[in-house]
Amino acid sequence: MGVDGTHEAKTTYREAMREALREALRSDDRVFLMGEDVGRYGGCFGVSLGLLEEFGPERVRDTPLSESAFVGAGIGAALAGMRPIVEIMTVNFSLLALDQILNNAATLLHMSGGQLPVPLVIRMTTGAGRQLAAQHSHSLEGWYAHIPGIRVLAPATLEDARHMLAPALADPDPVLIFEHGSLYNVSGELLPPDAPVDLDHAAIRRPGTDISLITYGGSLPKALAAADELAAEGISAEVIDLRTLRPLDDEAITASVTRTHRAMVIDEAWRTGSLAAEVSARIAEGSFYELDAPVERVCSAEVPMPYARRLEEAALPQTADIVAAAHRAVD
Amino acid sequence: MAEFTMPSLGADMDEGTLLEWLVGPGDLVHKGDPVAVVETAKSTIEVECFDTGTMTELLVEPGTTVPVGTPLALIGPTEERHPVRQVPKKARPTEPSAPTSPPPEPAPVPVSVPSAGSRRGHIEAGPLVRHLAEHSGVDLETLHGSGPGGRVTRTDVEAAAAARAAPRPPRVRATPFARRLAAELGVDLATVTGTGRESTVRAADVRQAAPGPAAPASPVPTGATPLRPSAQRPSAARPSKDRAAAMRQAIAGLMSRANRDIPHYYLSTTVDMAAAMDWLHEHNRRSPVGERLLPAALLLKAAALAAREVPELNGFWTDDHFTAGEGIHLGVAVSLRGGGLVAPALHHADTMTPLQLMTALKDLVARARAGRLRGSEVSDATITVTNLGDQGVETVFGVIHPPQVALVGFGRVVDRPCAVDGLLGVRPVVTATLSADHRATDGAVGARYLTAVTRLLQNPEQL
Repeated sequence: MGVDGTHEAKTTYREAMREALREALRSDDRVFLMGEDVGRYGGCFGVSLGLLEEFGPERVRDTPLSESAFVGAGIGAALAGMRPIVEIMTVNFSLLALDQILNNAATLLHMSGGQLPVPLVIRMTTGAGRQLAAQHSHSLEGWYAHIPGIRVLAPATLEDARHMLAPALADPDPVLIFEHGSLYNVSGELLPPDAPVDLDHAAIRRPGTDISLITYGGSLPKALAAADELAAEGISAEVIDLRTLRPLDDEAITASVTRTHRAMVIDEAWRTGSLAAEVSARIAEGSFYELDAPVERVCSAEVPMPYARRLEEAALPQTADIVAAAHRAVD
Repeated sequence: MAEFTMPSLGADMDEGTLLEWLVGPGDLVHKGDPVAVVETAKSTIEVECFDTGTMTELLVEPGTTVPVGTPLALIGPTEERHPVRQVPKKARPTEPSAPTSPPPEPAPVPVSVPSAGSRRGHIEAGPLVRHLAEHSGVDLETLHGSGPGGRVTRTDVEAAAAARAAPRPPRVRATPFARRLAAELGVDLATVTGTGRESTVRAADVRQAAPGPAAPASPVPTGATPLRPSAQRPSAARPSKDRAAAMRQAIAGLMSRANRDIPHYYLSTTVDMAAAMDWLHEHNRRSPVGERLLPAALLLKAAALAAREVPELNGFWTDDHFTAGEGIHLGVAVSLRGGGLVAPALHHADTMTPLQLMTALKDLVARARAGRLRGSEVSDATITVTNLGDQGVETVFGVIHPPQVALVGFGRVVDRPCAVDGLLGVRPVVTATLSADHRATDGAVGARYLTAVTRLLQNPEQL
């Protein structure tokens, strides 16, 4: 990892995230990290490994097993002028803190007539694919994207994992960062940013002309793999990484559909009432006359995520599903 | 007793072939009713009747070629008809019928009703029938009673209500983008074969149908619908090669004459279309697909209004003098799919809204390509517009269609650098040209015309 100017060609999503935390803790002493096992254990996914030793227990704080309490404490700290980064193990557990997130973090600015901004960052793991069964594997970020007053990010690349945290901390409003559990081990060369990462725009991860694959987070690698397969068959798929789930980048979606005239949304959440539903509806609202095929959706099976590996694979959107849906739209 | 003669459908026609009678002996006809189908070198044309009366005798058999002026039928006074078959006023576009057979099951005019005028006075119908008619929104006066003494029966009302509620032709299954594209490219979706799932028409199908030859477009029904839909015309039976050659001959003759006899002068100007295009985009954004406009609608309207302002260009040069046209009947040059050209008229184009013009234009183009123009459309144009913009050219100097005295040309609307208020800007512009007959007018008149066109296009909302 690139400590003290040394440069390594390869890094992982986990290390990129850790580097972002380290930079945040170093550059602003109002920043501190708290959550279950973030200190001595190094975070349940190893993201904060070594940070306790480097920054001490004042800045990297283990908390009791009470999501509502430590998220609430984070809100209080933010109101008091700190810049807390709160880690919740998985999105499933975040529901225990939903009252704090929705009723306090997201609403205080409004209810105080603009007097009480809540500059809080909450990180949590989301998604399936690691055989952690139903209570650790769901993709509920779409529920949070429903809530006005917060910003919802889903970094899918090494670069976004490394560079989204700083602007998230700079945002005066609550920001939720969803890290897909299957991405932590993804490794690659971390490219230096050619521009500050902005939290308002989707990214075209692969340009194409025949169909727009609109996705985010853990589904991005699958969409890119599907685009490779489709390219081999002569179908040019454009891959849009939403990056920010709230607010959605309508312009990017519209522009892409205007280019390709066909759209597919890939979302690991359940299809009913999902972010995929929202994106599809916006395409229908904003780009109806550009559509040359019905919008396709590739989502998870509407079941509690199974533990058994084969069943879990079957329940999740897979590259083959994306390719098949693309054929339905294009052929 | 009036004679119905083979009409001259344009300066290039000296004989025509009677293809089909649309009426039979004893039929009541009104001035303006299409009564026969005549084939000329250029097109198949429905000929309207010039008199009102009863077709007493048909003198010429279908298939016969006769010179212009030959009597085709005799029309007697209205009183002579007895028994009478009323020519239906409205076409029934979806009802199949053999091209040469009389309209099936003509509704008999009640014997107790002596004339069309007095029939409106009293309707024979019982209270139940009246109630039913009111309930189902059927106007009793429009019904032909089938009961004793011409009485309108319950069945008549129910049949009329059912006919009104009859399903419209099935909506073409097309993607929204394909639908938009079809509107932009002027492609009739009904003629496109869909290759998507459940035969859905997709963008690629529309693009394929756009330039190449396709099935003849079915006519859009309008107020003046022909008696029978053109889709049933056995047009494919005609040898198209001879047809193309004959058309080439006809165009060759007419254009040689035009270039030989008419001393043309040519003017050209560049029109700033910024206001017009802005208005058009705004209009199209607000409008359902069927009501969207092409730039051509505005150009045609401007050309028509300018002709009203400069009447010296709207009319005919015959017998060494100019006769002003009665009304602005804008000839529109339409290239046919098999090659060749016709320039049928949009009657009273200056009184139509751009949307009406658009609808009329679509209808006219579709019927021109289906070979189903009407006589008045072929011979009435007072000034012609040729718009080659959709073919990509920027400027067209045309040859006047005799005996008219002017031809307006429009090219493509293109973005060009252009000085506006002392600054260089990129503006959509179109080149408008005028070819005019120097015998009838001089350049100053032509210049006034193009200036008027330019001015009119700056206020598109007033077109």
